[in-house]
Amino acid sequence: MADQPLLRIEDLKLYFRTMAGAVQAVDGINFSLDYNRSVVILGESGCGKTSLAKAILRLLPRNVAEYSGKIFLEGTDIMTFSDESYRRDVRWVKMSLVPQAAMNALNPVLRVGEQVAEPAMIHMGMSKDEALETARKMFQNVGVPADFLVRYPFELSGGMRQRTAIAMALVTSPSLIVLDEPTSALDLLTQANIMNVLKRIKHGFGTSYILITHDIATSSELADDVAVMYAGQIVEVGDAFRFFAEPLHPYSKKLMASVPRLRGETEPEFIIGQPPSLISPPTGCRFAQRCPSRFAKCDEEPPTYERGGRMVKCWLYE
Amino acid sequence: MKEGAAWSSAGYMNEEENMTVNTDVMPVPAPATVEDRGPLLSLQNLRLYFELRKFGFGHAGYVHAVDDVTFDVAYGEAIAVVGESGCGKSSLMRAILGLYKATGGTVIFEGNDVNKFTPQEMKWYRTQVGYVQQDPYGALAPFLSVRRILEEPLIIGGMKDKDQRAARIVRALEEVKMTPVGDFMNKFPHMLSGGQQQRVVIARAMIMEPKFLVADEPVSMLDASVRVEILKLLRRLQETHHFSVIYITHDLSTVRYFSERVFVMYAGKIIEKAKISDLLRNPQHPYTDALLAATSDPDANNARVYKEVPPGEPPSLVKPPAGCRFHPRCPRIIKGVCDIQEPGEYITEPAHHTLCWLYSPEEVKA
Repeated sequence: MADQPLLRIEDLKLYFRTMAGAVQAVDGINFSLDYNRSVVILGESGCGKTSLAKAILRLLPRNVAEYSGKIFLEGTDIMTFSDESYRRDVRWVKMSLVPQAAMNALNPVLRVGEQVAEPAMIHMGMSKDEALETARKMFQNVGVPADFLVRYPFELSGGMRQRTAIAMALVTSPSLIVLDEPTSALDLLTQANIMNVLKRIKHGFGTSYILITHDIATSSELADDVAVMYAGQIVEVGDAFRFFAEPLHPYSKKLMASVPRLRGETEPEFIIGQPPSLISPPTGCRFAQRCPSRFAKCDEEPPTYERGGRMVKCWLYE
Repeated sequence: MKEGAAWSSAGYMNEEENMTVNTDVMPVPAPATVEDRGPLLSLQNLRLYFELRKFGFGHAGYVHAVDDVTFDVAYGEAIAVVGESGCGKSSLMRAILGLYKATGGTVIFEGNDVNKFTPQEMKWYRTQVGYVQQDPYGALAPFLSVRRILEEPLIIGGMKDKDQRAARIVRALEEVKMTPVGDFMNKFPHMLSGGQQQRVVIARAMIMEPKFLVADEPVSMLDASVRVEILKLLRRLQETHHFSVIYITHDLSTVRYFSERVFVMYAGKIIEKAKISDLLRNPQHPYTDALLAATSDPDANNARVYKEVPPGEPPSLVKPPAGCRFHPRCPRIIKGVCDIQEPGEYITEPAHHTLCWLYSPEEVKA
């Protein structure tokens, strides 16, 4: 098991059926993630990054047109699992989710302590008292005072709610947590606090993260690897140190150049144009329309090339 | 208020009638002459409290949303107000727009007290200030086309000639780079992308050629790549039309590209006023320090270190802490001073004001 990555995704697809046609929200995604690593999935809104999270956790809406590919978790292809065994053996046991808007993720009429304890009771077979005790420990880990266990969600501030959602994801000690924009609705100082909490958890529990975000600056707080998503596809994956220093794909370069920086003198630039529709994406490279270094080859779909351990889906690296 | 106008059936159905009613009687307060024109906008000890009600009788106290805020905005100046949610920055903006009546203190626009405006004068005032809302989709009436949305303020403002209005709309759309204009004129808000919607909001705010624009988090709902584009657009418009702007934001990293001066707000008070370059080079208030430290730049080294963040959360504005409002979280608290007495405003370097005991002359000596 040691030479197996924690998670390996091969050619994962998730299409949605709509009146106008199939939305190719996740279109052939490949990446892998090791134990105690975190990968940041960067992308603009509508690029399919939340759909990717849903596809990994198999939290699917009704209008799925296609759901295919392979997801190896600790060496086992969990796509072959039935829904029931997926629910029993994978979701929350091995992978959990911290959703975007913590207020909507919490049940308004239950005390937060009970909500945090519930996954432990269901998946770990704990008694209620044991589970509440575990919940209390998790609250300490994420920095919520223990007397908040008996409060209702509306009695907590936004930051405390997000911490509660993290505690809920942690309570069954999964090896992988998917974080879907965990801090985007929060204030700056609270954001920094939550990032500290997540770092501490990763350090202490050896958890792996998939962090899905559009906030490039904040994402660097938690990135071992970076994957850039554009129009349903991953266009670049690589080590964070090298990515932030020198992104490879023209889209990544543009995206990095668009980040306003507090320190340093660089003027941010914007990307001309809009992402393509995911219903009938352009053939060839999907970024070609907006790409400054486009050439004839870009009419064909680029394969993924390797450059010093990094993967990039662009003809420039042929 | 502008949305309200766009929605009212009277304004929409009987536009011809409305025009005659509107235009003739719009008394304009005497503007300051060019020579002695002071600040465009001046806030003096502005207070805005909201009463809390208990069930039944009596009141449970006040929310001190804006407390004792004083500043001037010069003609053509861009100012940023930075603060976290709940610090009162949106309330401050609404008081400036005349949507809330100040509990105490004054908002002076070109020498006239906004709170004392008659309804007719208020109408004039609204042609002088533009408002760029945070959520563009929420700010645009869903059943009106872009043309109608932009025409509405012109009708209310009394532009009678239809062709003149059409020409003005075309010019406004060109200014926000929605070209070719014909492609967008007859579209409805849901047919536009977020960035385009925000352009329409900006075009609407600009269409009366206001002297002053309030932009309330204009880019926080937009994607990173579009954000910069919209900020640059606003900046260019501000430079070409020489209007003043108050840019309200929680994101310090965008301020640098937009404004000359920045005000940092915490718990209803402006705790530091400075030029943006001075603030970044030499932040004075411990809260400003914390904000700057919490703002990340993309750098993989961030993942290796923990951030120093003051503990706790902003205080309740119903019963703000005695003394300095930041003292319960402050790493540099002076016990026996900060927690008892409110700090005054100290000038630490030219045009750099701080509300912090660390910079009082006595403390500096000691």
